[in-house]
Amino acid sequence: MEHTEQYRDGKLCASLAGQITSMCTEDMRIMEVCGTHTVSIFRHGIRTLLPRSLSLISGPGCPVCVTDQAELDAFIEIANMPDTILATFGDLMRVPATGSSLEKEKARGKDIRMVYSTMDALALARANPDRQVVFAGVGFETTAPTIAASILAAHAENLSNYSVYCAHKLVPPALEALMGLSGVEIHGFLLPGHVSVIIGGQAYASFFEKHRIPCVIAGFEPADMLMGIQELTEMISSNTPGLENAYGRAVSWQGNPRAQKVMDRVFKTANARWRGLGEIAKSGLSIREEFAAFDAARRFSIDPRPAAAPAGCACGEVLTGRCLPPDCRLYGTACTPADPLGPCMVSSEGTCAAYWKYNR
Amino acid sequence: MKNDTIVLDHGSGGLLSHELTEKIMLPAFDNDVLSRLDDSAVIESQKGRMAFSTDSFVVDPLFFPGGNIGDLAVNGTVNDIAMSGAVPLYLSAGLIIEEGFAIRDLEAIIASMAAAARQAGVSIVAGDTKVVPRGAADKLFINTSGVGWIVGDLEINAANARAGDCVLLSGTMADHGMTILNQREGLTFDADVKSDSAALNGLVARMLSAAPDGIRVLRDPTRGGVATVLNEIALASGAGIQINESSLPVRKSVSGLCELLGIDPLYAANEGKLIAIVDRACADAVLAVLRQDPLGADACIIGQVTADHPGRVVMETAIGGRRIVDMLIGGQLPRIC
Repeated sequence: MEHTEQYRDGKLCASLAGQITSMCTEDMRIMEVCGTHTVSIFRHGIRTLLPRSLSLISGPGCPVCVTDQAELDAFIEIANMPDTILATFGDLMRVPATGSSLEKEKARGKDIRMVYSTMDALALARANPDRQVVFAGVGFETTAPTIAASILAAHAENLSNYSVYCAHKLVPPALEALMGLSGVEIHGFLLPGHVSVIIGGQAYASFFEKHRIPCVIAGFEPADMLMGIQELTEMISSNTPGLENAYGRAVSWQGNPRAQKVMDRVFKTANARWRGLGEIAKSGLSIREEFAAFDAARRFSIDPRPAAAPAGCACGEVLTGRCLPPDCRLYGTACTPADPLGPCMVSSEGTCAAYWKYNR
Repeated sequence: MKNDTIVLDHGSGGLLSHELTEKIMLPAFDNDVLSRLDDSAVIESQKGRMAFSTDSFVVDPLFFPGGNIGDLAVNGTVNDIAMSGAVPLYLSAGLIIEEGFAIRDLEAIIASMAAAARQAGVSIVAGDTKVVPRGAADKLFINTSGVGWIVGDLEINAANARAGDCVLLSGTMADHGMTILNQREGLTFDADVKSDSAALNGLVARMLSAAPDGIRVLRDPTRGGVATVLNEIALASGAGIQINESSLPVRKSVSGLCELLGIDPLYAANEGKLIAIVDRACADAVLAVLRQDPLGADACIIGQVTADHPGRVVMETAIGGRRIVDMLIGGQLPRIC
């Protein structure tokens, strides 16, 4: 059996779904924090295997969705600077900023390159010594180490035309912020697999100790997620909260020390603005003084002004589990994947896009 | 040829244009109709219904594992004609070449076009070459148009699907799309993937002779992939389509690359595959014919046409869940993590 196939085994998944159903004797609300979980749940039709009494709510773990409008506007501002190449991961291309998107700016002739790794962006900088290459640094702890590594490489090579606009976010502070929001009712968290590979189970320990809410780290294959949900429903029904790891083959308690070290060397924690959650203390990353030369915000004196999200857009409420996509008055009318207004509809990991694509 | 790259004069209509035609195109596309070099190709026709199609090819990179823009341009139009059940006979080829393009590459591409045309049994009988200044086009674009004749009163189109029919796919999905993605943008995954570019008219002819009345719809799932074509059929026919994830054929190497990049193989392009909606009574016979041919060796039944959920494509997932398979909106973009 192939490595991934054992986690897509129909009998195993049916058995796990059966166990979940038998434990769901009351209404349970579980938040999958990560956008990749959301997409995977829809892609594999996992909801259709679970009882109606169990609600899976999408959380603020889609890196594109939580990127603040002001940060998106900053990317557009950079792309419009003369002699600049903006390098970005693909899923940021179509996200609407104020009045534009990177895709639209590219069509207008701005030099915006889709890259598959930060090392591609570095290669662009080496190949274009007379241009400034700026990498649009978005994402959680999963992508931050590779972006830190690109800054260290640029530093070692003395590359004077490479910088990063740092809009990174951290997952544990977002969980903390969610618990403080009114109108958010969550009985357990399915914690993100990729992020946890880097930060390890230990990163959630203080959050768990404070709130004593069931937390399970899960991978992205259907059996992984069903195992995580099964553990959560067991904890919820028996009222025995715990912090567990259902993704042991990839996630350790300590996480990846090497990646953490690279991240700590280059970044420090900073306050960050999240779409839907507002400003959260120490929930983002900024580039340390030592590497200020590689900080695009400083190099180009970009001071992002707060920008309003599209009028009527409920992405913020969707990201925090306070409403479902169909509850948004723009969903499916003014906001569709073909003509998206909010990031949750445009991102491949967005909740609204997943609802539209898989669940209509 | 004195030049080793294309210069603007190759498109001027003068001596160099003539040389390009005489030395590269004519020997490669060798046929009586083209050799007359008249302003239009005068071709023998027959009374009946004609299928006519055109397509432009702007693929980057021009050369990729499994083919190049030349054979792709021939196979693409041959397949479009074959999907209406017609027998493709004649093609035209229009080339837009960027100044500075290597003649050696042009020769290789023309040779591939000629080989693909021979393989498909069609003649390239008309053509045109334009050369544009450096930067005005990306290396080389090819447009091919083609005509073919429909035998008898055959009616094959997307509106014909009806509840109870079987959905057949002639082989593995996403080979072409993932090959191009792997080659483009400097991606360096050492994946064993190659394009499935091939002409399917021979395969279609054999399917039609095995089940002359049982084949309702034929489509080649190129851009937008299998998912988009199934949606088009569901919309055109007003029927629902249900597919089974466990039945969908994808090569291991291709599925690995898809997983890595967050691409759904259902939406990735194919250039040598067809989807057939077939009367259930004929499905096994058509499947047998497909599997006898190397181009259909991996053919399988991937689902059924249903009276449920009209106009929609629904998939039963490998773990027994259900979900919608929507039409692709925009291109697929690799994810962040």
